[in-house]
Amino acid sequence: MKNKNTFAKVLSYVSRYWFYVLCSVGFAAVSAVLALYVPIIIGDAIDLIVAKGVVDFAGIIEILKRAAVVVFITALSQWIMNVSNNKISYGVVKDIRKEAFEKLQILPLSYLDSKPQGDIVSRIISDVEQFSEGLLLGFTQFFTGIVTIVGTFVFMISLNPRIALVVVCITPLSLFVASFIAKKTYTMFQVQSETKGEQTAIIDEMIGNQKVVQAFSKEEQVLERFAQVNERLGKCSLRAIFFSSITNPATRFINGLVYTGVGFTGAMAVVNGNLTVGQLSCFLSYANQFTKPFNEISGVITELQNAFACAGRIFEFIEEESQVPDVPGAEELSHVKGLVQMEQVDFSYDKDKKLIQNLNLTVQPGQRVAIVGPTGCGKTTMINLLMRFYDVDQGCIKVDGTDIQNITRKSLRFSYGMVLQETWLRAGTIKDNLIIGKPDASEEEIIAAAKASHAHSFIMRMPKGYDTEIKEGGGGLSQGEKQLLCIARIMLSLPPMLILDEATSSIDTRTELKIQSAFARMMEGRTSFIVAHRLSTIKEADVILVMKEGNIIEQGNHDSLLAQRGFYYNLYQSQYL
Amino acid sequence: MKKLLVFLKDYKKETFLGPLFKLLEAAFELIIPLVVAAIIDVGISNSDKNYIIRMCTVMVLLGVVGLVSSITAQFFAAKAATGFATKLRHALFAKIQGLSFSQLDQVGTSTMITRMTSDINQLQSGVNMVLRLFLRSPFIVFGAMIMAFTIDVKAALVFVVVIPALSLVVFGIMAVSIPRYKGVQTALDKVLSITRENLEGVRVIRAFGKEQAEQQEFAHRNGEFTTKQLLVGRISALMNPVTYIMINVGIILLIYVGALRVNSGAISQGEVVALYNYMSQILVELIKLANLIVTLTKALACAGRIENVLSLESSMKEQIKEELMGNQAYKVEFQQVSMRYQGAGGESLSQISFAVRPGQTVGIIGGTGAGKTSLVHLIPRFYDTSEGKVLVDGRDVKDYSLKELRAKVGIVMQKSVLFHGTIRENVCWGKEDATDAEINEALEIAQAKEIVQNKPEGLETVVSQGARNLSGGQKQRLSIARAIVKKPEILILDDSASALDYATDKKLRQKIAELPGDMTVFIVSQRTSSIMHADLILVLEEGKIAGMGTHEELKKYCQVYQEIYYSQYEKEAEHEK
Repeated sequence: MKNKNTFAKVLSYVSRYWFYVLCSVGFAAVSAVLALYVPIIIGDAIDLIVAKGVVDFAGIIEILKRAAVVVFITALSQWIMNVSNNKISYGVVKDIRKEAFEKLQILPLSYLDSKPQGDIVSRIISDVEQFSEGLLLGFTQFFTGIVTIVGTFVFMISLNPRIALVVVCITPLSLFVASFIAKKTYTMFQVQSETKGEQTAIIDEMIGNQKVVQAFSKEEQVLERFAQVNERLGKCSLRAIFFSSITNPATRFINGLVYTGVGFTGAMAVVNGNLTVGQLSCFLSYANQFTKPFNEISGVITELQNAFACAGRIFEFIEEESQVPDVPGAEELSHVKGLVQMEQVDFSYDKDKKLIQNLNLTVQPGQRVAIVGPTGCGKTTMINLLMRFYDVDQGCIKVDGTDIQNITRKSLRFSYGMVLQETWLRAGTIKDNLIIGKPDASEEEIIAAAKASHAHSFIMRMPKGYDTEIKEGGGGLSQGEKQLLCIARIMLSLPPMLILDEATSSIDTRTELKIQSAFARMMEGRTSFIVAHRLSTIKEADVILVMKEGNIIEQGNHDSLLAQRGFYYNLYQSQYL
Repeated sequence: MKKLLVFLKDYKKETFLGPLFKLLEAAFELIIPLVVAAIIDVGISNSDKNYIIRMCTVMVLLGVVGLVSSITAQFFAAKAATGFATKLRHALFAKIQGLSFSQLDQVGTSTMITRMTSDINQLQSGVNMVLRLFLRSPFIVFGAMIMAFTIDVKAALVFVVVIPALSLVVFGIMAVSIPRYKGVQTALDKVLSITRENLEGVRVIRAFGKEQAEQQEFAHRNGEFTTKQLLVGRISALMNPVTYIMINVGIILLIYVGALRVNSGAISQGEVVALYNYMSQILVELIKLANLIVTLTKALACAGRIENVLSLESSMKEQIKEELMGNQAYKVEFQQVSMRYQGAGGESLSQISFAVRPGQTVGIIGGTGAGKTSLVHLIPRFYDTSEGKVLVDGRDVKDYSLKELRAKVGIVMQKSVLFHGTIRENVCWGKEDATDAEINEALEIAQAKEIVQNKPEGLETVVSQGARNLSGGQKQRLSIARAIVKKPEILILDDSASALDYATDKKLRQKIAELPGDMTVFIVSQRTSSIMHADLILVLEEGKIAGMGTHEELKKYCQVYQEIYYSQYEKEAEHEK
């Protein structure tokens, strides 16, 4: 049932290339039929070569000319078929991959946060790859195979029904043998791919964190763990590969039987005068040709099984529930003043574990809000809700009086400038990374932003300045430098509201102090939410929210909170001493 | 290729026997046209039905022998191929374990993962196929040619012309497509990298409303990939039609020459059929070959990529010497140390000299990118100095085995990494046979006790891959516990309290100070409070030592330190002014 579904979906993708499908099937038929016709022509020619002195040269040359034309047309249609097949398979795969990636952009963060990254990558990359190979193979061999089988059958019947019957009776045996082996080996392949998955997980984790492995001198143990799985993989691969590879010799053996059967009945027919030698030779080559597609189809079936399994995994991903789309007529947020209200907000990641309950908060335009509290108290959750990475369970969040559910996500998020503790830089030049929020920024603007965030001087020390290429994940830069770049990014785009989550945690305090003044200027008139450990940052906030276990337990400014001598007071004491 | 072939060495028997049995099978296959010729020339001409039956039995027997040798061959091929891949994977993994940090920086994680997984898989199928087919195909081709010679030398000359021409075309197409296939893989790498980036940076991308732009970029890379695939596809699509034309032209020539030879009485009609059959056999073989050449081409491209990693010589040579280079009274000593990262513009550290006695605590402070991390990474020899010496217990770190050296050092890195497994397993990375008491003690010192206590499964709580089920602070504390359980002679905390609040940070430092024995501790931090009680404080500024001494001394004489200090303790600064 599930397979059928997948099949229908694959068909719907393939049907977009109907023109090429028509070409493929049409020219497959032409080339298969003509390829069958060639042996007949040659057989005719052989019949004209009887014995010494009994050779009809004029006839032979005539026939051979015809053969040459047919061969040329066959080759041409083969080529057109191949090219069409490439177009279809690579095109379908391109579409599917594109769709998967588009899906990635609209999946809710709750899905992306809960799935291992490697799993999603392997769906979009390896599974699609495997599927493409299967599809291409299917197109090249399946249709030609079927057309060849049907065509051969018709030709043979027209030549001699009795011999044709022999072929038809024995050949399906090979299909039977093939499917028997395929069934038996299917589980072996499953074991193999599971073991492969297990091994990939180890590789991904250990090589991804190779430096830690070496720091603890764990190379040997890790290698040993790897070797265990590797041994197992070697063994189950051997089983799967060997047993499945019996298919080919087995079916070829059956072909041999078919061939012998044809030879025998044919020879007998010639002796009895029902067949010419030329026809026999042509029959024998048919017997070969008739059985070949059976072999190929049996091979293709295993391949296709695998391909469909992969396609299933991709479709599963593509059909994953997307985030709720923006409501129709959702407002575009512009000229944001910065009034942020949270009204009776309830939220939790896991329905069984309550987190934020009945949270109420009003932030006036231009206010600076600091969020403090021990790790795991819900600071990051607040950001998730403000940015609408997650939707609230109950209650609502309003910006300038409008419920954010009624605002387009893009305009909402664009109104916030966000710097997170976990920096994210992409492979590309420094400049590419800076202009992400303002692609049309001028050279002067970029440099001004970098100077304000005190990133300019270290950028200039790099080999090619702003055009220095940085590697995947910003490798080569220190944690602090990465943060400076992320800050420069925001300084360049200057959004109306700010979210700073430990934005300066890895930057030294002197630089921070310098940035602070730039920050202060930036925060002027901008509503800002700041998560920080550092007192200097917190102290200047208009409102300090002290959070614990998902709730705001204290609220006020620095002095009033100190006067309360509560949780904040304790935090302050420990930190200052 | 040579480097990789070594891994087949242990499978000499298999690599020899596999193709041998394949050849045996092929030999039997080659005899069949002879038998058919005998049936036509002897059986049919003489109308000898018994002879026909006998010959058909011979054909069935040949088939059985062929089946047995073919299955044997498949077994040996599968064994050699999987064995080869298993050994290669092991070697590659071990190679990566031995790469130095600067090489790891250069090569990049994701490409190593691809090489370990998909490239080796491709290569495995390649080896398997070569063992099965690449001896068999030429053997059949040349065998058929030789058999043709035994029939008639002049007619067989047609083969002599056709076969080299064919090989030229096949190898020509291969030669053209290998570099293009490498291009395809590089394009795939780019598709992979944008997918990974989008998964990692999903929050930033959405925050900047970049979904559309990312989709466009993906569509662009995906399109480029498809274009490259289609280009290679167009070239390999030629393979089949071209070989088909060449073989059939050969057949036409053969029939014509055969006609001439029969006419002059040199050969019989049956022999022309046999010649024709040989030519058909070559055709069948070549079509098979053409389809598989794509696989081989891929495998060769992958082999190149694997070889690149294997041929990396670890840039860190171990030369164990007992010789003392400095004063044994010092635990750690830097003598005029300078360090430059590979490919970097300038030196990251220059002319650093200091010495630390056992049991002392060293604080390292300085601006972002000042070289703090680079400095501590020299102690366990993650990187080599470009000038000067680092001594541990009076011996140059280059004279230790890496294992011995790193056994002395416990390091907590800036980015805390935990591995998939239980909390116990993770902590035991530091000390394999740690008892519960030792683990608990380490957890207590690292202020991580409560993490374990709050979990129902305690120490057996499973840490998910990438430790997504733990907060940043929890990860950090557990990785501190992991270093402490080791009871190292030298403990390095590289800004490892950045995600901890001040109170926890302080308790942690107190506990470490209370530890018995004389552990030498290096604390890298942005916070003066973390290091002000250290016996020795190093102040770094742009890779140079800007000041060295105790807190009180530095506060008086070191300008950089003063700036850092007062940036954190403004009040006191005001007070003192």
